[in-house]
Amino acid sequence: MANKISDETIEEVGILAKLELTEQEKKDAKADMEKMLDYIDTLNELDTEGIEPMSHVFPLNNVFREDIVTNGDGSLDTLANAPLKKDNSFKVPKTIG
Amino acid sequence: MDITSMTAATLGKRIKARELSAVEAVKAYLGQIEKVEGDIRGFVTVDREGAVKRAEEIQKKIDDGTLSGPLAGVPAAVKDNLCTENMRTTCSSRMLENFKPAFTAEAVKRLEKAGVIIIGKTNMDEFAMGSTTETSFFGATRNPWNLGHVPGGSSGGSCAAVAAEECAFALGSDTGGSIRQPSAFCGVTGIKPTYGTVSRYGLIAYGSSLDQIGPVAKDVTDCAVILEAIASHDPKDSTSMKRESYDFTSALVDDVKGMRIGIPTDYFTEGLDEEVKKHILKVAEVLKEKGAVVEEFDLSLVQYAIPAYYVIASAEASSNLSRFDGVKYGYRTPEYEGLHNMYKKSRSEGFGPEVKRRIMLGSFVLSSGYYDAYYLKALKTKALIKQAFDRAFEKYDVILAPAAPTAAPKLGESLKDPLKMYLGDIYTISVNLAGLPGISIPVGTDQEGLPVGMQIIGPCFHEDRLLRAAYAYEKTRAYERPAIVKKGGDR
Amino acid sequence: MAKQYETIIGLEVHVELATKTKIFCSCSTRFGGAPNTHTCPVCTGMPGSLPVLNKQVVEYAAAIALAAHCEITRECKFDRKNYFYPDNPQNYQISQLYLPIARNGYVEIGAGDTKKKIRIHEMHMEEDAGKLIHDEWDDTSLVDYNRSGVPLVEIVSEPDMRSADEVIAYLTKLKTMIQYLGASDCKLQEGSMRADVNLSVREAGAKELGTRTEMKNLNSFKAIARAIEGERARQIELLEAGRKVVQETRRWDDNKEASYAMRSKEDAKDYRYFPEPDLVPVVISGEWIDRIRKNQPEMRDEKLERYKKEFDIPQYDAEIITESKHMADIFEKAAALCGKPKKVSNWLMVETLRLLKEHEMEPEEISFSPEHLAELVTLTEEGAINSTVAKKVFEKIFAEDIEPAAYVEEQGLLNVNDEGELLKVLQKVIAENPQAVVDYKGGKEKALGALIGQTMKAMKGKADPGMVSKKLREYLQ
Repeated sequence: MANKISDETIEEVGILAKLELTEQEKKDAKADMEKMLDYIDTLNELDTEGIEPMSHVFPLNNVFREDIVTNGDGSLDTLANAPLKKDNSFKVPKTIG
Repeated sequence: MDITSMTAATLGKRIKARELSAVEAVKAYLGQIEKVEGDIRGFVTVDREGAVKRAEEIQKKIDDGTLSGPLAGVPAAVKDNLCTENMRTTCSSRMLENFKPAFTAEAVKRLEKAGVIIIGKTNMDEFAMGSTTETSFFGATRNPWNLGHVPGGSSGGSCAAVAAEECAFALGSDTGGSIRQPSAFCGVTGIKPTYGTVSRYGLIAYGSSLDQIGPVAKDVTDCAVILEAIASHDPKDSTSMKRESYDFTSALVDDVKGMRIGIPTDYFTEGLDEEVKKHILKVAEVLKEKGAVVEEFDLSLVQYAIPAYYVIASAEASSNLSRFDGVKYGYRTPEYEGLHNMYKKSRSEGFGPEVKRRIMLGSFVLSSGYYDAYYLKALKTKALIKQAFDRAFEKYDVILAPAAPTAAPKLGESLKDPLKMYLGDIYTISVNLAGLPGISIPVGTDQEGLPVGMQIIGPCFHEDRLLRAAYAYEKTRAYERPAIVKKGGDR
Repeated sequence: MAKQYETIIGLEVHVELATKTKIFCSCSTRFGGAPNTHTCPVCTGMPGSLPVLNKQVVEYAAAIALAAHCEITRECKFDRKNYFYPDNPQNYQISQLYLPIARNGYVEIGAGDTKKKIRIHEMHMEEDAGKLIHDEWDDTSLVDYNRSGVPLVEIVSEPDMRSADEVIAYLTKLKTMIQYLGASDCKLQEGSMRADVNLSVREAGAKELGTRTEMKNLNSFKAIARAIEGERARQIELLEAGRKVVQETRRWDDNKEASYAMRSKEDAKDYRYFPEPDLVPVVISGEWIDRIRKNQPEMRDEKLERYKKEFDIPQYDAEIITESKHMADIFEKAAALCGKPKKVSNWLMVETLRLLKEHEMEPEEISFSPEHLAELVTLTEEGAINSTVAKKVFEKIFAEDIEPAAYVEEQGLLNVNDEGELLKVLQKVIAENPQAVVDYKGGKEKALGALIGQTMKAMKGKADPGMVSKKLREYLQ
């Protein structure tokens, strides 16, 4: 089955991924994605009925930290790489609400 | 024997015996970098002054007895996706061109504690996405065996630097073969340990559930020694495993008598280069002669590993890389109108095409209406692949496989057809999906004189088995150096 | 005839947990502090950092879930919710979607015939976002990550509420319950408790639910009530005009008493949830649940019964005092210190409630210390000050938490207990009011009041009226 990716889909995925693609890049992305999805669709040959999806390979659980404050003032390191800052804060274009 | 041609373990011994100093070692490697780096381009950053300074400090500690480990005074390089407090960490991306982390990755910290001197950060595919080190913002690294060929990837800089003797060893990271494949292409040895063995704290994530840090070195012994230094249970990494043993060097025994070795017939099909195939089968013969029981078997599901991998890794990457937005660190586009335009322009200008390709794919497979069909299906496939390996390891101690279908391709050939490039990871990717340990060791060269590597895969937490099999094989074969080093070594 | 409409309301309540550290790192959760001082690589999304779960978050969340009669998920997991916004440093929020910590609970509101169960759909743990401050000078926003990573539980109700009153009753119940557990201070004003209101309307008797909207930015009970009324009216107006309600998120502006849509093309609402690969599942065993149950502090209903029995406090008073854990704490401490629970309860029920109402404050905002209230009770009981003075002093305690003993001394408000002085004044008053004396002696009890009043006046209020009355009676015997 050949996958078809619409212009709208590429547009929407671009919004989700916060990527602005040029017209050429959009065309390429469409072709790439269609090809990859066709390839990924080979997974449909596999019968996975009743198989538990595996996100972690090992049955590790309950990894916790105790509720004790050990971090001090981290603002210097936090802001060290900021492209723009003001008043000990990151400066960004105005947000609504 | 000159310093740069020694293995890390040998160099460490000589330093410990006061036959050499850490400063001499660092200077020798910096000299080698001076000579060959123009051709190899394995480094993003070389910290010359810092390295010498640290070597002096380390030497003092060696002299007063506070440092006595096997790697004290040994110069090494680490892949540029491992955070280092004193050196920028770029992931070979424009996005992080000037990023100075506030902390050092746990694995690197452990090396530093062991007295290792980090001399620089190695080039890689941007954010570890690629199999050739050509997607680096700083330009491609070249294969020391033939400068017209790629070193493999994504840890291509680490592997090329070790092969070109620009450092005694290096750290790489492996999400789908990124240590093992370039090790094979560069004729060096690299291990991807069992998932959870080396802390991921400070490794800039690509596919979090698949990423592992591992050593790249000249031989198996070095890999075992380095692994012993970097493996740990780290409370800062929730997926870090508390292993029963962190002893890897005891496995270095030249004895494979009775070892059951399986060769998956479904790895030796169409797509595998004839020469590579011949090499691997020859190794099987060698091990058989040494007393191992070698058998062919059907692993199954081989063709499903790559599609499952690209769904899982791209999905995780699309989320992991969303933090790069021009707000807190990294690249911000100079001109923008409003918040979302700033995001979009910064990311589109900061990331290269391969990274964008995977972010797009990952965002798509997670988007509403597709999650079950793609992401869940991939996680189920992963479960089946794990089961297939579990069954295989009921019968075999280790699995013998190629590291890559061919030797290193020419520069500029691979990126034209990404899907074809992805297929090159067919023998390594399933190991990451199942969390298994795998080692890649050189087994010879092809007609063009390019190295061929072989992979040994073991069950989880059984690095000892693959180290032993690899060590026994290695004993039958001398380490081969690329011509560029031999030339450079004639001093 | 105008159509009748029914309002259907469900709530998503966010509660900041009272842990010392954030959910995934060891930074302090303390309120305030200069921007970005309570931050580290983890809660600012630095590359290479990894989260590690704070065990206390699970303990608190499970305790709340149990108190709300939820089923605890024996193996719960974290998921990533992906969306770009500057207050969210990783551009994903670690939350729970597929396997939240608890499901299927309820909270009971009302009493007697009006008793009603509000069902809880699910409850999950997640991290809070940072704070955005708008910089009017250069029209930008400033990001502070001090609150980023503060642990939250989100409690999602079923659409079981039908009016603002029910919503307030539900929230009050939740708030009281959580405060009693010690899991959060639940201050709406400071944002440690926040509610998003999902509201739809339908014609009375209709089976299908109407299209709902979600309203955010509600930071007081009054705002919630106003927003519900406003949104109900807006939706009915749309329907009456033959238009449709659009499913959207709206922001309530309490000053303008109006809401407006928060939608923009760039805010595509597709969160692309997937299992958080950096965290492992949380397995909550039966023993763990038992332990949490066993460690549960005295809850409101138990406390209420105990107050009635132990202190002989009437039902209504006990209800008011125990509704706020903070007030109950003040009551118990003050009562223990002065040994006069009924007097303490009186101060809370009369003067405290009056002042709270006057200042439009919630009981959580009471800032005086129980020690000072106890001291005031003792001063009055000992007759050191009279009740008029005591009221004035209490207002000072309520406003500034002054130390009453020192204050009355300083201000010269102590009763004059010098009998000689009192006697002198009495003689003078009696001499100046012969008619009143005659009246009293003739059996007019009222006349005594006038004499007491004159005496108090002459003493400038600093006498104990009881004492004055007693002495007068003796003198006129």
